[in-house]
This record gives sequence, C-alpha cells and structure tokens, in this order.
Amino acid sequence: MSKVNLIDTTARADEHGIDARAVNSKESRALYKKREQIYPKLAQGFFRNIKWAAMIVLLGIYYITPWLRWDRGEGRVDQAVLVDFEGRRFYFFFIELWPQEVYYITGLLILASFAIFLSSALFGRVWCGYACPQTVWTDLYIYVERAIEGDRNARMRLDKAPMSLSKATKKVSKHAVWILIAAATGGAWVFYFGDAPTLFSDIFTGQADPLVYLFIGLLTFTTYALAGTMREQVCTYMCPWPRIQAAMIDKDALSVAYRVDRGEPRGAHKKGESWEGRGDCIDCNQCVAVCPQGIDIRDGDQLECINCALCIDACDEIMEKVGRPKGLIAYDSYANVDRRKAGKQARYRLIRPRTILYGTLMALVAALMIYGLATRQTLDLNVIRDRSPPFVRLADGSIRNDYALKLINMTDRPRQVRIAIDGLQGARLQAPALSADGDIIVQANADSVTNVRIHVVAPANVGAGSHDLRFTIHDTETGDVATSASAFLAGSPP
Amino acid sequence: MTERERDSVSGTETTGHEWDGVKELDTPLPRWWLYIFYACILAAVIYWVLMPAWPIGNGYTKGVLGFSDRNNVAADVGALRSARAPMFERLADASTAEIAADPELQEFARAAGESVFGDYCRTCHGAGGAGAPGYPVLADDVWIWGGSLAEIEHTLRVGIRADHPETRMSMMPAFGRDGLLTPQQIGDVTEYAISISAARARLDPDRAAAARGAVLYQEQCAACHGATGAGDRNFGAPSLNDDLWLYGGSREEIRRQIELGRGGVMPAWEARFDPGTLRALAYYVHEMGGGEPDAPPPAATPAAVPEPTQNGPPSAPLR
Repeated sequence: MSKVNLIDTTARADEHGIDARAVNSKESRALYKKREQIYPKLAQGFFRNIKWAAMIVLLGIYYITPWLRWDRGEGRVDQAVLVDFEGRRFYFFFIELWPQEVYYITGLLILASFAIFLSSALFGRVWCGYACPQTVWTDLYIYVERAIEGDRNARMRLDKAPMSLSKATKKVSKHAVWILIAAATGGAWVFYFGDAPTLFSDIFTGQADPLVYLFIGLLTFTTYALAGTMREQVCTYMCPWPRIQAAMIDKDALSVAYRVDRGEPRGAHKKGESWEGRGDCIDCNQCVAVCPQGIDIRDGDQLECINCALCIDACDEIMEKVGRPKGLIAYDSYANVDRRKAGKQARYRLIRPRTILYGTLMALVAALMIYGLATRQTLDLNVIRDRSPPFVRLADGSIRNDYALKLINMTDRPRQVRIAIDGLQGARLQAPALSADGDIIVQANADSVTNVRIHVVAPANVGAGSHDLRFTIHDTETGDVATSASAFLAGSPP
Repeated sequence: MTERERDSVSGTETTGHEWDGVKELDTPLPRWWLYIFYACILAAVIYWVLMPAWPIGNGYTKGVLGFSDRNNVAADVGALRSARAPMFERLADASTAEIAADPELQEFARAAGESVFGDYCRTCHGAGGAGAPGYPVLADDVWIWGGSLAEIEHTLRVGIRADHPETRMSMMPAFGRDGLLTPQQIGDVTEYAISISAARARLDPDRAAAARGAVLYQEQCAACHGATGAGDRNFGAPSLNDDLWLYGGSREEIRRQIELGRGGVMPAWEARFDPGTLRALAYYVHEMGGGEPDAPPPAATPAAVPEPTQNGPPSAPLR
C-alpha cells in the first residue's frame, strides 16, 4: 500500500473521528517489507495508568540507584550498588561479592528466569508490555514525541506537510530531547561501574576514562536508535523472547485478546440502531490507533503483540460510549475461549500445576541463595603446588615441595592466621621468607588475597609417588577455618 | 542491453538463469548492508592517508599521523623502565631481611627476579631452579660456592669459569683422560667416594676397593674436597657426603666424572645487568628454598689456594 491510501482511509473516518490502518496487520505482513511509521494514539484508562506508574518506578530505579550511598566503614566504597571491575568486587547494599562468588549472580539470573516464566504462565507477556527496557524507553520517547508534535493525527499531518520552519523546529527539538534522554541513559549506566559523584564531575571536566565516554556514546546510540527509530522492529525481529514465550504459556495463561464471540460480526453502528444479530465491535479501529506495534489485535494472538493492553483501554472507552459492556478486548485465556464455545462460564485459573512449580522453584532458588549468603565463608585458602621442580632433594636426603598459598580474607580487618598441614607423616612446614619454623602465623591482609610461599619438608623415607597433603588456616582470634587439599610429590633416589 | 525479466510476485528482477522453470531472483543487497560497505571503502581510503599502508620498494607510505608500533613499544618500554627505576635503586641497597620486611619490595624483587631468571637462566637451570645434569639445582640447599644472598649475587656477577677477572674458578683434574690415575685406581676411588656418601646405602660399595681408594683419595682429592669429603666452598669443591650429584648419581656417572673432571661455565652477568636487577635475581634464587642467612660480603683478595683451584671467596661457612 502507498501513503496515498493512508490519507484515503483517514478521509473516510466514521463518527468516532478516527480510522486507522494496522500497518503490521496480518494481511500486510511480508518478509522484505519496508518499515512503515506507526503513530500510536494516546490511550487513557486503567492499563495506561499502570504503564505510567511502571515507567516512573523503573526509570527511577535505573537513574537513582547508583547515587544511593551505603556505609561500609572508613575508607571503603560507599556506593550501595557498584560493579567494581578494577577492585574486582561487586557491591549490593549489605552484600559484597568476590569474582569467585559469581555464582550468586548466576542464582540471581536463574531467579529472574523463573520470575519471567511465572509471570508468563500467569499473565502472558507482562514483561514485554510493562517492564522491558525497550518498552519503557519507547514509551518515554513516544511521550516526548507526543508532547512536541501532538497526538496521532497531528503527527501524521506533520509528516505529510512540506518542510517549514515550524516543522523543522518540532523535529529538531524532538530529536534533541531524545538524544538528551539517550545520553542520560548511557550516563546513568556508567555510574554502576564507578563512584557516581566522582565520575559525574569527571565526565563533565573531561577527566573520565575514554572507556567511560565510549560506553556513554554506545548506549546513547542504542537508546536513540532502539527507542527512537526502531521501536516495534526490535520486538518483532531482534528479540528472541517472542519465540520462546510460546513454550511458557499454556491454555490458562492470560493474554490480551479480542473476544471474537462477543465482537463478531463487526461493523459500523449508528446511534439508536439495534444490537440484535451483530457483534459489539463497531470497527472503530481505536484498538489499532493506540497500538505501538502497529497490529490489529482482532487478528488474534500474534508474535508482534507485546501485550501492553493499551487496546483494552481504547476499546473500553468506546464500549462505554456506545453503552455496551466493557471487556470486548481483555485479558483472556484460550481455555476460556473453549469454555464459552461449550456454553460454560469463563474462569481464571491462576493457581495450577505449572504456576505452582515455577513458584516452588523460585522459592527454592531464593532459599538456597539466602542460605548461601547467610553462611558465606569470609576466609578461604587456595594452594598451588610448584610444578617445577616437582620436588627438591635436600642434602640430608629429605624431600621438599614448594607451595604458593593464597590467603583470601573477605572481611575488612586484617587477620592473624596459623598455617598447618596434616595428612603426611613426619612432614613439617618451612617458610623461609617469614623466618619462622613449625607454627607459622601470618597476617592475611584486610579485604584482599595475601600470597605466602611455603615449603614442606618430608623425611627421606616418605616414598616415591604422590601423597595427599592438606593445608589448614586457622584464624587465631575468631577460630574461622579454611582448608585446601593438595599433594606432596617425591621421586625415587637418584 | 536487454531489459531483464521481472518476477511478477515480488517485482524484483531475475538474473535470467532458469532451471526447469525455476528462476533466480536478483534481489538487491539490503540498503543498510550496502551503506556499511560503502562506508568501509571510504574508511579504507582515509586509513591509507592517515596510517602506514602501502609498500613502496624498500619502504612504505608512512601516513600523515606518523603512527609506528615500533616507536610506541619503545616508548612504552622506556616509560616502564623509568617507572621501575626507583624500585631497582631501592633494591640495590637492600639486604635479605630488608627485602623480606617490605612486602612491596619483596613482591617487586620476586617478580623482577622471576622475569630475568626466565629469560636468561632457565634455559640451563630449569624453571624454578630445577637443575639438570651439569647444571646445578638452585632450589635445594646444596651450594658449591655459597648460598647467602651476597654469595649468590657475587656468583652471578663474576660467573663461573667465565671471562671475568674475578670469576669463580675451580678445576677438577681429568684423572682418567689425562692418565693421572689408572682405570683400576679410578674404580677404587669411585668405590671410596660412594662409601663416604649417602649413596652407600643404595649402591653397596666394594669394601676392599674402597679401602684402596681411600689412600688415593687422601693423596689426590682431599686437598679440595676435604679429608672427610665435606667439600670446601672456598675452592668450589662440592661435598661428597650427600647423595646429590651434579653429573649424575649412578656408579657409572660418578666414575665418569672422576675420569673427565667436567666443569661447566656460567657467564658473568655484571656487565649485563644493573645492580638492582642482579639483587632481584639473587633474591629470587635465594628464595627458591635453599637460601642461607646473610654472610659478610666476600673479600676482594683471593685466598691462597692449593692447585688446581684458585680464586674462591674465603671464609664462607661450611655446611
């Protein structure tokens, strides 16, 4: 279809003032089709309000979080949430993780996966419709667009109009605001990876690392491109979730749907006409006009639909005007479609085996993580045996092996630890650099890894081959213990 | 040029190729792809102007930015050198105890020593000072010339049998090759050497031969290796009492060393490394496991020594 047709359809608008063509309707979908601009009309109602609220809360979390402070003591990082690549730490309020504890983040991701499974099983694509960054930022961008260029019809007229000073002003200011938002988005992102107040002044004085500017630039570009110009294409062509989510929903999962049984046969309706023998859908195309994805919800469940529920608001408004019950477009399930066909009452089953399973798994993973965090060890030991030479024969015939000990102290105070070995008869410790023999006590520095070189000497008769040897470190104050299994190697005589 | 056929469904030109009625569409490249392609061509041309690009005869186009990886590396190395210089200066004046007491200095000495050792020493002495036949193990507690930091550093500086005026020099006679002893006598000395070493437990020396060898040992060997075979670091004479053998510990290998009197050469590193690097290297070797406590620095005057050895540092404590 050409753009001329667009004007034609607008021209034969019905009594409700707007006709709209779904640019991505079922019939007009084609593989190599050029993108057609979508002009979503502002919807008003319950779901639109939820979306405004979700946008404010989510953007608030995103922009404010890096500025929250958290007291960890003198001279320590005081940012509540910080991914510190240089110091190799992850800070999250009261939690401080080391690189080797990345499994907590794995746990968090598993939890997030189950959360999205559960929400899909319950309400379909609520993530897509309300919480996905693509949706939230696109919504924000459309809000800006609407504020500057006006609502749907005004925007369409503006795009048709020849270039003028007022059109240029509107376009330039729209893109300027978009880029500002994009830059703020990229700017907020980098604050998660460095001390926000310092970085903030560094960025504006040109003192920040080039990498910081690179990432701000990168995220500015992606935000501007994805939310400003690509929009629904991201969901339709780039995102894998629409393909995966089909496996997550079942007949009882809710999704935004047009009640075919109530709506058909559709058609224009004049005031005072009878509703007998016809459906409630008056074909006003309001559901299409508000759709940010450019689809017609009346085509049925479709991959392009992000379930933002704005068509519900639009339709409800019309139903109220024409005096028919609301909910012609509503959250519905396939099971209900079947039940109505069979003449049964619709019912909403939120609690069913699938949702119970997801919920249980979430509780399980969360419990495991809480247990892990609560019993987290703050003292750890890694032992690396020198491989060359594998062993050293000494003048008196005894055999020596050398080890690099890594004393990992995850607390913010230094600890005195006693190093001991067991498992090998007659073996004793030597630590030449510490000039102490037998009972070796060393300091494990605060919040860091302390390297200690240790020699273990076994008598000449230890026997050729590999022997088990266990290292233990013991906090002399708190009694915390960490052990590490290693080996002692000896060869046959020369 | 003839007008090419258009596909009625897609409106796209066909290539004119046809297989059993199936025609090939000549679908244009996606515009985004094409623009990126043109941008790449443009970028390449800009690159030729800015950066070194085209070979010309023996040279190449230098590019207006004057970029050179070689110069960048040289600058980086120079910057690294000057950044490390203060640490090396501190290291040059530090004793073992001082290094051990300063974690920063210790870490630096270890890292610098390990790096230099890997480049220059590991080929012969093995990773971690594991040693090889003819190349002493550095990780054990047996030292031919002394194992304190100062002694190790001195050995590094002057080398062994190297072309340095003060080099550590010892020369074991080739008793077999030079005909100083008969094969029978060498066999006897071998048995005696085994009998005074810790190897006697595993090699079971011939008592009669060892008794004959004892007499020869006192005449020929005791001057350097000592009456009991304890060795003498003043002359670089290894102890014969332990079961560690530079040229191998089998009966055959021990005999062969008496026959040939082999001695290896270690280069003198004084001219090659600055004092800080030498100290780092010495510290790294000292820390391998067999390092001995600090001893007074070696005196400049060589001790009067009996033939055939010379130029050993005096007063190194006997093990």
